[in-house]
Amino acid sequence: MPDIRVHKFAGKIDAPNPFWLASGPTTNTGEQIMRAFDAGWGGVVWKTIGDPIKNASPRYSSVDLNGTRMMGLNNIELISDRSIEDNLRELGEVKKYYPYHPIIASLMVESKREAWHEIVQRTEDAGADGLELNFSCPHGMNERGMGSAVGQVPEYTEKITAWVKEKARTPVLVKLSPNVTDIRAIAAAARRGGADGLSAINTVNSIIGIDLDTLVPRPNVDGASTHGGYAGPAIKPIALNLVQQIMSDPASALPLSGMGGISSWRDAVEFILLGCSTVQVCTAAMHYGYRVVEDMAEGLENWMRTRGFATLDDFRGLSLDRVTSWNGLNLNYKVVAHIDEQKCIGCGLCQIACWDGAHQCIHSDRVTGPINGRIELHDGPPTVEFRSRTSFATTPVTRQERAAAATSHGPFPTPLAKIPRVDETECTGCNLCALVCPVDDCITTLRVTESGRPENQDQQHSVAS
Amino acid sequence: MSTTSIPDDLLLRERFTDIKPPLSPQAAVIEANRCLNCFDAPCTAACPTHIDVPGFIKRISTGNLRGSALRILDANILGSSCAKACPVEVLCEGACVMHRYNSEPIQIGRLQRYAMDSFQATGEELLTAPRGSRNVQVACIGGGPASLACAAELCRHGAHAIIIERNELPGGLNTYGIAEYKLRTSDSLREAEMIRRMGVEFRTGAAIETAEALEELESEFDFLFLGVGLGAMQRMNIPGEDQKGVLNALEFIASYKTGRLKEMSGTVVVVGAGNTAIDAASAARRLGAETVYLLYRRGEREMTAFDFEYEHAKHEGVQFLWRRQPYAIRTNERGRLLLDTVQVNEVGRSLQPVEGSENVIECDYVIPAIGQSPFAQLVQDLRRIELRNGIIVVDPETGQTGNSRYFAGGDCANGGREVVDAVADGKRAARAIMKIAEAAYA
Ligand SMILES: Cc1cc2nc3c(=O)[nH]c(=O)nc-3n(C[C@H](O)[C@H](O)[C@H](O)COP(=O)(O)OP(=O)(O)OC[C@H]3O[C@@H](n4cnc5c(N)ncnc54)[C@H](O)[C@@H]3O)c2cc1C
Ligand SMILES: Cc1cc2nc3c(=O)[nH]c(=O)nc-3n(C[C@H](O)[C@H](O)[C@H](O)COP(=O)(O)O)c2cc1C
Ligand code: SF4
Ligand code: SF4
Repeated sequence: MPDIRVHKFAGKIDAPNPFWLASGPTTNTGEQIMRAFDAGWGGVVWKTIGDPIKNASPRYSSVDLNGTRMMGLNNIELISDRSIEDNLRELGEVKKYYPYHPIIASLMVESKREAWHEIVQRTEDAGADGLELNFSCPHGMNERGMGSAVGQVPEYTEKITAWVKEKARTPVLVKLSPNVTDIRAIAAAARRGGADGLSAINTVNSIIGIDLDTLVPRPNVDGASTHGGYAGPAIKPIALNLVQQIMSDPASALPLSGMGGISSWRDAVEFILLGCSTVQVCTAAMHYGYRVVEDMAEGLENWMRTRGFATLDDFRGLSLDRVTSWNGLNLNYKVVAHIDEQKCIGCGLCQIACWDGAHQCIHSDRVTGPINGRIELHDGPPTVEFRSRTSFATTPVTRQERAAAATSHGPFPTPLAKIPRVDETECTGCNLCALVCPVDDCITTLRVTESGRPENQDQQHSVAS
Repeated sequence: MSTTSIPDDLLLRERFTDIKPPLSPQAAVIEANRCLNCFDAPCTAACPTHIDVPGFIKRISTGNLRGSALRILDANILGSSCAKACPVEVLCEGACVMHRYNSEPIQIGRLQRYAMDSFQATGEELLTAPRGSRNVQVACIGGGPASLACAAELCRHGAHAIIIERNELPGGLNTYGIAEYKLRTSDSLREAEMIRRMGVEFRTGAAIETAEALEELESEFDFLFLGVGLGAMQRMNIPGEDQKGVLNALEFIASYKTGRLKEMSGTVVVVGAGNTAIDAASAARRLGAETVYLLYRRGEREMTAFDFEYEHAKHEGVQFLWRRQPYAIRTNERGRLLLDTVQVNEVGRSLQPVEGSENVIECDYVIPAIGQSPFAQLVQDLRRIELRNGIIVVDPETGQTGNSRYFAGGDCANGGREVVDAVADGKRAARAIMKIAEAAYA
């Protein structure tokens, strides 16, 4: 049985598993957090505590993709709207019942030394296992000089982190904003300020969309909207990129709690492979409830079992050194696309993608006989379509006609004429066709060049100079 | 002329609820999003009118419903009735790649209906080239789908087209023949009205049956399009066929669709096993007949009806009697019909009665549905247009007959297929006519 426990994260924090609820609506109250622990979450970051605010309504809106809801979620919610006293009292109570589940308190107060000292003292007294400094909320609070207004300036980040560290007895994490030009600069500043760990990323600045009837962007708060924070599956690639940047620079790397778009164990594994110790989830739990953690934990364990990993440390960071600069890539490596005739359903999507979006080397010429070579030799999409649309088709009304129509025209499930063919002499191996093909593993890229030495841009430069 | 609709009959509507009900807006978008948007899509290729299926479905998914409907109408002016009447299982949906993708095909027919219904609800009219902007005059004889499509296409290109129809109402079998749970008579008439507003002139209640009538048309018009369909139902040629209670299938269907026959009871025997027989049998059930038999002289595997039509009829409660042939109709003292039938076996290519297998079916109606007879004799006699087995011989690419001023399409030229084939024929003929006309003009 693989062990998915977390040991001594940021120096001190143990947890039953790496799945934590991120600071947000799912960690708003003690009652919620106890249910979350019962559901299987390994830790929580409490909804950011500070001087209570008043929220706008409505405050969420989302991007749906082809009928799938909440591919991306935008919010204009501020920090906790409940008093510091209520939050801390409940935190202490939960801690009594769940001594082995870490509770990290997310904090945001005025950029004053005394204010930070006071909140740190009170929070730790209440029983928090760690502190997460919210220098990254991109809306509202930043207009009041807090949140990302701090996290976008290395000097502020370093200074406030240092103030907190003067007081704190528990590990201090700094939560980073993606809305910066170079996240490593901010991470390094937090590190210089003495942070024990980092959390990344908070939400991405966004306007989610505009209502075409009212012409007001969403969410529409009485006729106006405002910049929001983007979260959910849509932001995962951005988060992975920033996590990789932080962890591969020795000046910024620290124990990291990764987040941004995690909605399955697969996403979580990716963050850990880039060096994260724990992962946090917000949108997925808002969408489907706390139960999403069940499959996350089981899936992670099962994956570790098949891969032979005993602990999280066994695979943490394994993909980090697989990211190189572009100039470090081997330009002698060449692949070409290959279509599995047995799997192809004949949708033609690879063909049109290759003609319009790539290198004009997928053709429907299996029946007419293959011709390899440049674009001029082949019928382009307009000709292909014209031929079908001027063809003669009738309803098969007799039994014989229907039987004739039903018989397959060739050795594969799809009629041969409808299975496109890749001209390997022209294929650049760009991979677009494999991406658009709706059938899993139908188009694969095969390595064609095995030419002795890898060659990359860096080497070319050194040869030239 | 008149394309006025007959009033919507609520009872009829209730009895003949749609077998493919309309999609709700959300269901339509979800279904539209399932479409893979194939390039050179097989559904489009399979459609006789080559509607750009992925194109109109994409427009539904983005909420561009007007664009979607116009895309459909562009290829098929009867897109609305085709959405409901087409045997999509053997056409677009039958060709959908989803069959090979471990999934149900996209519900193309229902999506098409969704787009067309939304368009009709806006009441928008279709734009055509200014009437008479091309100096071509065409008379379309017959007012069914073939002629409607031909005339509309001609109008779109600026020609002047008229439709001459023997019946009071235009639409051909769309109005008088197609099962009400697929296509309502009122829907067919609404479509004809749309075509009238495009500029097509209708002369209904006028049959062309004499040499003089043809001559008159020839002097008035440059081209003639024959869209006369097939003729009346064939007779069974057995004694007793002309008594009360024996109704041929087409008349039966036309009477219930136009509200002349509202109710049935007792036992009905339909003779034949094509799609018309199936429609008649299902309709008899829905009109209230307790027991409906479908009698066929061959076996289940030989029946010509589409598989889904057969399934549907079984679902409606129609009972099938295979390898049985009627040989006489009598009446008993209570006035009920007695249908004398006998079991038949196939010996070589002929059917031999099985001795001792005679059986009398006591019933209230007998509905022969054993095929329509060809109907185009007139033009052969008068204009020496070649017929083969009663079907007008045309060049399939253009619909042109041996007489270069005469074109033909639809059932009378293809031997009897479906509405969409008639539309495709009409459209092709119109384009061929325009081409000849443009060449002559230039
Ligand atoms: C019972 C039944 C059910 C069907 N169900 C379906 C279905 O569900 N789906 C589907 O796609 N297809 C169905 N079909 C087939 C479809 O109705 C036909 O293929 C289609 O209507 C053919 O169109 P058309 O224009 O060629 O002929 P028709 O629709 O037959 O129209 C021909 C018109 O010409 C008129 N006419 C004939 N001679 C003259 C003359 N001398 N002068 C003036 N007018 C004349 C007739 O009165 C008629 O209105 C069905 C057919 C039947 C019989
Ligand atoms: C509605 C909402 C409220 C949030 N409130 C806070 C907060 O008070 N403090 C904080 O540090 N982060 C807050 N966040 C940011 C989340 O903790 C997290 O960094 C971000 O949502 C990315 O993770 P996700 O993609 O799993 O949601 C909030 C996010 C959301 C969606
Ligand atoms: S995208 Fe895939 S399934 Fe579609 S035609 Fe190309 S290879 Fe076949
Ligand atoms: S074949 Fe099916 S999935 Fe492909 S475009 Fe047509 S309807 Fe859509």
